[in-house]
Order: sequence, then C-alpha cells, then structure tokens
Amino acid sequence: MANFYTDNSGLKFQLSHPLMKKIVTLKENNFADKDKFDYASRDFEDTIDNYDKVMEIIGEISGEVIAPNAEGVDHDAPSVENSRIIYAKGTQENHEALTKAGVYGISLPREYGGLNFCMVPYLMSAEIVCRADAGFGNIWGLQDCAETIHEFASEEIKNDFLPRVNKGATCSMDLTEPDAGSDLQAVMLKATYNDKDGWWYLNGVKRFITNGDAEIKLVLARSEEGTTDGRGLSYFVVDNPKDDSLKVRRIENKLGIKGSPTAELVFTNVKGKLVGDRRLGLIKYVMSLMNGARLGIGAQSVGISEAAYREALAYAKDRRQFGKAIIEFPAVYEMITLIKAKLDASRALLYETTRFVDVYKAYDIVAEKRALEKEEKDDQKKYLRLADAFTPLLKMMSSEYANQNTYDCIQVHGGSGYMKDYTCERLYRDARITSIYEGTSQLQVVAAIRHVTTGSYLSTARQYLAEKVAPELDGLRLRLSKMADVYEKAVAKVVEAKDNEYIDFQARRMVEMAGHILMGCLLISDGTRDAQFAKSAEVYVNYGEAEVNKLAAFIMSFDIENMGLYKQA
Amino acid sequence: MCIVPFPKFVASEIVNRKYKLMYNYMGLKIVVLAKQVPDTRNVGKDAMKADGTVNRAALSAIFNPEDLNALEQALRLKDKYEGSTVSILTMGPGRAAEIIRESMYRGADDGYLLTDRAFAGSDTLATSYALSCAIKNFPKVDLIICGRQAIDGDTAQVGPQVAEKLGMPQITYAEEILSCSKDKITVKRRLEKGVELVEGKLPMVVTVNGSAPECRPRNAKLVMKFKRAKTVSEKQESSQDYINLFDTCPYLNITEWSVNDIKADADWLGLKGSPTKVKEIESVVFQTKESKRLTPDDFDMESLMRELISNHTIG
Repeated sequence: MANFYTDNSGLKFQLSHPLMKKIVTLKENNFADKDKFDYASRDFEDTIDNYDKVMEIIGEISGEVIAPNAEGVDHDAPSVENSRIIYAKGTQENHEALTKAGVYGISLPREYGGLNFCMVPYLMSAEIVCRADAGFGNIWGLQDCAETIHEFASEEIKNDFLPRVNKGATCSMDLTEPDAGSDLQAVMLKATYNDKDGWWYLNGVKRFITNGDAEIKLVLARSEEGTTDGRGLSYFVVDNPKDDSLKVRRIENKLGIKGSPTAELVFTNVKGKLVGDRRLGLIKYVMSLMNGARLGIGAQSVGISEAAYREALAYAKDRRQFGKAIIEFPAVYEMITLIKAKLDASRALLYETTRFVDVYKAYDIVAEKRALEKEEKDDQKKYLRLADAFTPLLKMMSSEYANQNTYDCIQVHGGSGYMKDYTCERLYRDARITSIYEGTSQLQVVAAIRHVTTGSYLSTARQYLAEKVAPELDGLRLRLSKMADVYEKAVAKVVEAKDNEYIDFQARRMVEMAGHILMGCLLISDGTRDAQFAKSAEVYVNYGEAEVNKLAAFIMSFDIENMGLYKQA
Repeated sequence: MCIVPFPKFVASEIVNRKYKLMYNYMGLKIVVLAKQVPDTRNVGKDAMKADGTVNRAALSAIFNPEDLNALEQALRLKDKYEGSTVSILTMGPGRAAEIIRESMYRGADDGYLLTDRAFAGSDTLATSYALSCAIKNFPKVDLIICGRQAIDGDTAQVGPQVAEKLGMPQITYAEEILSCSKDKITVKRRLEKGVELVEGKLPMVVTVNGSAPECRPRNAKLVMKFKRAKTVSEKQESSQDYINLFDTCPYLNITEWSVNDIKADADWLGLKGSPTKVKEIESVVFQTKESKRLTPDDFDMESLMRELISNHTIG
C-alpha cells in the first residue's frame, strides 16, 4: 500500500516542531470544542495525533488513488461540454475519494463541518497531494477560498456556503481577465447592485480561471462605476448557477497541470453576494487570499520536488551503464544529492513560513472571542511581519527549485526521460507553472525586496544564527554567519546608490542571497532536532555559499553606469 | 468434508425474527462478518516455517479484502435506508479488534469481538457455529453480509454455513445489492460466465465477491471519533489516559464475547469441534521451466491473453 505520508519521515518531523504547541493551543481555543463535537481533539497530544492520522488518510489516497490516476488525467485532460467543464475520469475519482474521506474543509471550524486543523497540516496535505498529481493539487488547494469566506464574509454567507465544502463543493477564485493579469487593478468585470432584490449582478469576462466551473466562486469585480484602480473593486461570492448566465467559453490547452482546468468564463447577469465591505476587494481580501495561495504554491513546489527526487533516485539505482548502476557516477549522484538538499531546504522554509502564518491567524481566532492583551498583539504583529517576509521568499525559492529539480530529474533519466514513458516529463511540465502563477518569481522579488532593504531578512538570519545548534553543525553555522556578512556588504553597496531602478536591477540577486542564508539556517535547525537533515544541511550550505559568493561578486564589481547595457532599445 | 450432527435451530425463533422485521421496520439491522487474516498477497520467502505452518510473524495482519467489499455493500445500504445500522462481528485473537476499528472508521456503528481460547483451532464448521451463536445474541438481524472467502484459507464455506445454521436463505457471489425493500432484497451475482439478478426474502445471508466496489476510505471525522475504541481487554492493557471517556462516550466500547456470552457448546468449538484435519502442508515454489518469445503486436498479445484465460492464470 503506497502511502505518501508514512513513507516520508520529513513530514511527521514537521508536526513535532516546538512552535506547534503554541499554535495548537491558540487554534483550539483551549480545546473548547471537545464536548461539542465527538471528533474534536481533547488536548495538544491528541491534536497532533489527529493531524498524524488524517495525514495518513490523505497519504494513502494520494499513493493509492491520485498518483496512479495522474498519467491518465494528464493524457485525458478535462473537457467542455455545453459550456460546462467535465473533469477527466481520474480527477472525478480523486475528488470523490477525498470527499468520502471527509477531509475537505480541513482548516474550517467544526461548526461549518470542517476539521479545524491549523495551516501546517493543511499545507502538508497539499504537499502530499501535489506529489501525487500537482494539477489535482489545485482543486484540493482551492479550498483556500473557504478560508477567505470564513475570514471576511457575513454570517449568512458563511452558513450558506461553508458547510458545503466538507461535502465536496469545489471552489475557484476568479481574478484575472484578458487585460488584467499581474496588474489586477485593471479588472473590468462589472458588478451592479439591484435595490429591488438585494442582489449584485455580475457581467463581463474572466480568463485563466483555475477550476473555473467550481460550485463556489469568489469573483473580483468593479462595483464602483467610474473608478479605474484597485479601490473600485469589491469581492463577490457566487453560487455557480451552472446555466447559460455563467458560461465556460473554453479551457486552455496548457503545457502542464493538465488535470486542472483553466477556463475562460462569460458572466451575463450572474447573481452574487458581496463579501465584506465594498472597495476592499483587491486591497484587502484578494491580498489575503493571495498570501494563502502563495503558501499553497510553495507546498505544490515541494510536492513536485519530492516526486522528482524519488523518480531520479529510483531510476539512477536501476539503470546500468558501463557495467554499473549510474548512481555510482559522481556526475549523477551529485545531481541527486543536490535535488534532495534543495527539496529539504524548500520544505524547511515551507513549514517555517506556515508556522508564522499559523500563529498570527490563530490570534485572530482568539480575538473573535475576547480582546487580545498588549503582549499578544505585539506577538501577533511579530509573526505577521515574519509571515509577510517569508511568503514571497518561499514562493520564489521553492518554485525555482521545483523547476531545477525536475530539469535535473529528466537529466538523470537521459534520453528515456525525454520520452512520454516516464513520469519525469510530466513533473517537468507541471513544475513550470509554479514560478509563474500567483505572482511570478519577478513579482515575488518585488514583494520581498523591502525586507532586504529594511534589513529584516538579515536580522532574522542573525537571530537564527545566535541559536545553539548541534556541535557537528556548528561549523556550518559559522559559515552561514560569514555568508550573512557578505550579503550585508553587498546590500549596503546597492542601497548606498540611492537609486530605485538600481535596487530593482539587483533585487533578485539580493533576495536569492537572503533565501540561501535563511534556508541554510533552517536546515541546521532541522539537523539539530533530527540527524537525518544534517547531510542536506551541509550539502545546501556548500551550494548556497558558492551561490552567495557568486551573486555578491557580481554586485560588488558592478558599475551602476553599466545598467544601460542591459536595456533593450 | 464429513458431515457431523449439529444442534437444531428452533424454527419458531426464525419466525419471530421475521415478524419483528415486518412490524418494527426502522431501517435495516445489518451484521457484517469479517476476519483478520495474514497478508498472503505479498508472500516472501520466510512466509512458511520449516514445519510447514504459516509464519504469522512474517505476514502483516490485514482486513480480509473481500470482507471490505462486504462492508462497503453494508455501508451503502446504511446510506440508502435511513435508520439502518451496521455492526461488525469478528472472531479472533485480541488484536483482531483492529479490524473492528477499521470498520468504524469507514462507517460501522459498533463492533463485536468473539474471543476465547476455546475458539482456537476452529475450522469452518466450528467457526460458523460460533458466529451463528453470536448472531443469535442480536435482538434483530435483517441481513448478514460477509466476504466470499478469506485469503488465508480460501474455503468460501463460512458464509454459507452460517446461513444454514441460522436457517436463513443465502445469496453468494454478490457483486451489488441493488435494493432492499421491506423484506425483499435484490442482488446482482457475478458468476463465471456472466451476471445474474436474484431476489430473496429477508433475513438473508449475502456473500460478496471481490469484483464488488472497493471499500470507501477511512473517514477523517470517524477516525478521530473512534480512534480510542477498545475492547475490555485492551482497556486493561493500555494506559489510564482518557479512561473516563469510555463512560461518557459509550460508542468507544467494543463488545467482547466469550464462549459463555454466546451460549455455545464448547464441544462444537475449537479443535474438538473441527472435523477438518490438516494432513500435510507443502511449500510450493514456482519455477520457470521454459520461456516463450512474443513480438509486441496485436496477434501475439491476443494469443497470450487467450492462453492465460484458458489456463486460468487470469480471469
């Protein structure tokens, strides 16, 4: 029986992190549900045990149902019939299995039929599902929308929509349009309020909508006539009427994640309800949803890297050339070991970021019941800042590594990897989107750069480096400190120029340096708690040190006057 | 198999049961018979001991696969007919309580473990006698569903024997229970060369074929609800944490029945009650004697398929 949770000791390890106690205690509100719901957890250990058991269910479904279906889903892909999306057969089976297992709505409160799990096991489930099939991972991951509804919508909307998620209603977030991609301020889909019946009516076109024919839709639309920027946009929840008022015009023929339908939608007087307040659609709610979605892409990237590592390793052990298994050649074993180190570093960053998100979100839950003390408010702010700083870093680094790892995975396979016969070519195609959607890597740099210039990445790294690590990892800690010095100097040189375009020009290099240092810090911390990560820590610091020095060398020797050289006429 | 005399089941009891069904119709009362078996699907080289008996330590204990198919049929009826309940009944050592919990995680309401030293060594006849005595402990049973056979013995005898001992009709090789209205049940049977639709009257014993739909996955909420369900013996062996829960949450108690609890006659149980005697066990190692070269075209593929079907390797 394949189980993608129990076969991967790196996952359960994350459930044992010391910060989990704080997260769980806040999230479970001192276990107030235990006498209301027969499946509610009773104490901290019980909660972690529940997480473990439910991950095991999702791991089994991923290993036994989703992974075996992945090739067929990639081949068949969804289709459009009578303006409606029909999932591939395997996709339907996957969704049905997870629905029967009662795991949808994993992070929703129990009163809405959810499991009330914190974000760490939720993102873990996303990672596990994505390892089996990254495309299907989107359908699983879009339950994020329920999280947004829960956070911002009225009681009436919550009671109407949220209980359906556990029963298997799928979600979509309808943001982008033909002329509004990265620049969502340009959204044109129009929302008009009807005084007589109290509904909003939506008219317009949405494009590139993942799982576009979902039952529950969150639609970004222009509610304020005459406005042209983000402040005229509001957020609406739509109960998909599945009729001609909401038509799927077509679905895209994509490079990868083929099981995840990407739709163009035509709205003609579709009824919707306002989520939260008018005008806050983009600037508050979408931004919140987007942060969650970026974590999700981090999990998806880690899942793909995990799959790539296993495919590469299995093939290299099996394939014999020149009289021995190819894994015995340095060129091959180094590639695979580096895939593993990048994978472990991505996973460490994924769950660290997720814990930060968990702490500040859990305080929000407490704040619903009582006012927070000043210390609690400060603590929440601290974790919110950390989550803001780490999320773009995670999204960029893990998705770039998923691309590199799947590239190397094909390379290990040689000519066979280029053929459709092996899983690695699907992984390679699936990985490609991760550094593009929910904000390209370039946009993650835009979100991350202020944490470079204000010094918050550096101070966080210094805090990590001040912590005691296992004696055998102390050498790595000192090397990371030196890397931080190199980074500090390079950043100082760029900032001194006091030229915003120049900062943008060097931004990616600086953000990547910060990424290498922080991921190295996290790996020595993981390696201190569990020796299985010591090897990856060392390999990653070797790699990251060379990268940091390379990037710093470029910055230190670069003459700002030469920027013009890079401009296209 | 030799025929041995068997204590007669009182006919009036069956009649009474039928009346209850007709006049107290409140959903179906379904009992699923299940067995924990060694996983003979993945047999390694140390699966048999030198003395020719099964090395149970080398094989993990699993839920007999066709009993899971049976459980799924029962759960579908429960989903379909409001007020129906599914009880799981198994005979085995203490650790067999694991498959009762596995059933609860999928939707069974409660579980009963028949465990007693006196049951040890029972063959199919003694087993079906014990199970039928246990079933008489239930106040009302409309339907008994079990897997066609267990993968350790492959006899396919226990289900039919239970039916005989309870004086109930039986439908074997079921692939799908199509409906179950009042006292009539409609079942699709999977036979060697086709399917057959049959009707029967309740109460009934149905044995389910492996071609029936697979059992649903464990349900997250049910796992969290039932994960501490225990038999009395397990409670005594485990730590005292959460011990009060068994009073406040009665559904966590798995019923344990001994020979006395089911009012069975010990002479008909265990080795004593088992006429089946193992004469000899042989460890057969399959070896390839000759190889055949096939070209990857439709013709060779088809002739290989025909050959495998005709010599019963597949199908």
